[in-house]
Amino acid sequence: MDTVSLPFSWIRPDPHGIHVGPADCWIDPSKAVDKALVTHGHADHARGGHGQTVATPETLAIMKLRYQTGEGPAGGDTSPVEYGETIRLPGGVDATYIPAGHVLGSAQILLEHAGEKVIVTGDYKRRADPTCPPFLVTPCDILITEATFGLPVFEHPPIADEMAKLLGALNDNPDRCVLVGAYALGKAQRVIAELRAAGHRDTIYLHGAMEKMCRLYEDFGIDLGALALVADQAKDDMRGSVIICPPSALNDRWSRRLPDPITAMASGWMMVRQRARQRNVELPLVISDHADWNELTRTIEEVNPQETWITHGREEALLRWCQLTQRRARALSMVGYEDEDD
Amino acid sequence: MEEFAALIDRLVYTGSRNAKLALIADYLRATPDPDRGWALAALTDGLDFSAVKSSTIRTMMKDRVDPVLWTLSRDFVGDTAECASLLWPEPLGQRDVAPGVAEAVSLLSGMTRGNVQAELPRLMDRLDSSGRYALLKMATGAMRIGVSARLGKVAFAQGFDVSVDEVEEYWHGLAPPFAELFAWAEGGEAPDTENLPLFRPFMLAHPLEDAVVDMDDYAAEWKWDGIRVQLVHAGLGEDAETRVYSRSGDDISATFPEMVAALEIPAVLDGELLVRGSHQGGEANERTQGGAASFNALQQRLGRKTVSKKMLSESPAFVRLYDALMIEGEDLRGLPWTARRDRLEAFLPRLPADRFDISSIIAADSFDNLAEIRESTRDDAIEGLMLKRRDSPYVAGRRTGLWYKWKRDPLLVDCVLMYAQRGSGKRSSFFSDYTFGCWDGDPDKGAELLPVGKAYSGFTDAELKQIDRHVRQNTINRFGPVRETEKILVFEVAFDSVHESKRHKSGLAMRFPRIHRIRWDKPAHEADRIDTLKGLIRD
Repeated sequence: MDTVSLPFSWIRPDPHGIHVGPADCWIDPSKAVDKALVTHGHADHARGGHGQTVATPETLAIMKLRYQTGEGPAGGDTSPVEYGETIRLPGGVDATYIPAGHVLGSAQILLEHAGEKVIVTGDYKRRADPTCPPFLVTPCDILITEATFGLPVFEHPPIADEMAKLLGALNDNPDRCVLVGAYALGKAQRVIAELRAAGHRDTIYLHGAMEKMCRLYEDFGIDLGALALVADQAKDDMRGSVIICPPSALNDRWSRRLPDPITAMASGWMMVRQRARQRNVELPLVISDHADWNELTRTIEEVNPQETWITHGREEALLRWCQLTQRRARALSMVGYEDEDD
Repeated sequence: MEEFAALIDRLVYTGSRNAKLALIADYLRATPDPDRGWALAALTDGLDFSAVKSSTIRTMMKDRVDPVLWTLSRDFVGDTAECASLLWPEPLGQRDVAPGVAEAVSLLSGMTRGNVQAELPRLMDRLDSSGRYALLKMATGAMRIGVSARLGKVAFAQGFDVSVDEVEEYWHGLAPPFAELFAWAEGGEAPDTENLPLFRPFMLAHPLEDAVVDMDDYAAEWKWDGIRVQLVHAGLGEDAETRVYSRSGDDISATFPEMVAALEIPAVLDGELLVRGSHQGGEANERTQGGAASFNALQQRLGRKTVSKKMLSESPAFVRLYDALMIEGEDLRGLPWTARRDRLEAFLPRLPADRFDISSIIAADSFDNLAEIRESTRDDAIEGLMLKRRDSPYVAGRRTGLWYKWKRDPLLVDCVLMYAQRGSGKRSSFFSDYTFGCWDGDPDKGAELLPVGKAYSGFTDAELKQIDRHVRQNTINRFGPVRETEKILVFEVAFDSVHESKRHKSGLAMRFPRIHRIRWDKPAHEADRIDTLKGLIRD
């Protein structure tokens, strides 16, 4: 008797990633595998050591910078895929990379097999971002969505409001500097690009850990304006300036070399006062590269899949919303996907 | 309400005390009456609305948000008021004009348990997210934004360039929205506070350190280890009232009803609140005065809102008087100490003897003689000596050269650094709060360290940098802001006394611990043991 395969049995969530059976490959695996399809370059989705890495050229460049992907004997092979391009995987699986609007190079991956369509969103947002193309709504049968800010308390304000707060603080304190803690990949460059869009032309100073990623963005045509390293500056020259560092450096000894910094942090978590207080943040900037609650629910409504699978974040609340709106949904329990700094 | 909400938000995100003071002072200057007075009351925890509690907010929200989504959100945010302010469904169309602080207070006070679920939402609809947060924080009376009542008063004084002592003095006689206080601060007449049981700021002492004083100029008393209190009786007829104030100006009358009942003559008296016993200085006697239980015995009675009869009979309180600020309407504060002392001695027989005595003057003919007396009382569990300049008036605060405290030399033990936490303000990037422990047995035979205390003072800025480096290089575990370190650094810890305590795993609690010396040279296994510390208990 022929075995009749159950619908969608070719795609299987595993604690270490999503496994695509017929093609024997993984999406965003948290361990080294033979073949990985990677949505974007953040460490909880991209890691080194895969035999073959399939991703957008931007994501591959980021992975090369961070994990030597594609370089040297342990770097493995790389297969670049452009946005909108479909590649054929073994076992009759097609994969298409679609903009996710999260960071440079970030993609949703549409998988098609036996007439069934599954989208893995990776991390995404629906707001405009000068550093990457916007999220494209694409119909599918199963939507595997992130839920980092999957609670109704998260409603990210327009970024123009947050830029006005940042520039206002700068203006009010010409003898100080504003030190912005921002994730080194994506958030930092978006904040810089938004500052430029708001008309800020002054040199922006960088923590050393930010430099290479900013240069990489520039290589892909993102204009970040005049940048310089904190290490090369005299303290007094940085008065009245914006300085960008990784969140971990905010309360570190490193910041003692700065002129009386106002501590700011650009993160969706800054919505919650106690989160800001815990990090000794004086100027919380609610800027997120993830979808907020309304973006998450609107996306599910617009994509309107038969079933929604929810992963990394606050799955429970989004699952509850799906129940309340009569949508089929399940929470996946995957390990290691948590973004404390976004 | 918008300006008040903006102030609250800024205070939440401001760590430095000076910056907080400036924010509050600016707000108080820029805001008209009565809004600023209600705001000041809210900041100093002076508001209470009987119909609005945390449970009221929960009920209100569960009518508007799915209960599961509410609970998940509340757990994540960690604060009911903040979670409600974020989840509140924005009303459709144009929002009504936001209420001022005074209007919000008036509406909140008008709410009853019967109508609060209709009225509170109406008020919420008139505010944005920050306004809703400020409203709910104010309504539930728990701001928890790092502003103490004292900070609020200091900010007021700074804002209007008046003396904080005078603010303290008027404060207890006035009620929100403090219109008279603002009028006075802006150059008007002083508030009419005669016949009110007001708190007057205490006169405080400096440590004597290495100074030597002439006993012709100074009088010496024993330093009693209780709590410094001020007893005030004021008012006429039915309005007459007695209050007991702690050093911070908190009204602790309810905790010590026997003292409230004991003063029925208009007066303002300064003394040490103690419990009868024989720990400090032994049984009542000529040499050391004595007759007082340990601080630990008194501690059983602190912080209680109601007091059982058993407590009153087992731990009866009394006040050992130091000074008199006013007696029967006459302000004595400008008189020299000798004159005030004479008046106090003459007044004492009119007070109940079971509740009051007077702090003895130590007969010492020279400073050397006094030092000998101090030395001879080492075993009497007396905290130290007080020296008071005979010609000094009673002045608020710590004025150089008038009063000195000469504490017994501290006790010392060697402890091992276990945990470190980042400080705040100018120490915000340094690990400056240390938890240390002693061995619960022989460290060479598998004994463990148990935490015995916490200190964040006693070291220089240069030493702070060294310890900070040590912590960073020897971290073995992280718990949020706390680092656990390798157990290798020994602190010589100074403290005033040690007591049994159920609060700590070691069963011990130190009083006033501070880092005395950093023993970079000493191996951790040579640090002291719990038993050594237990041997120093004098309860």
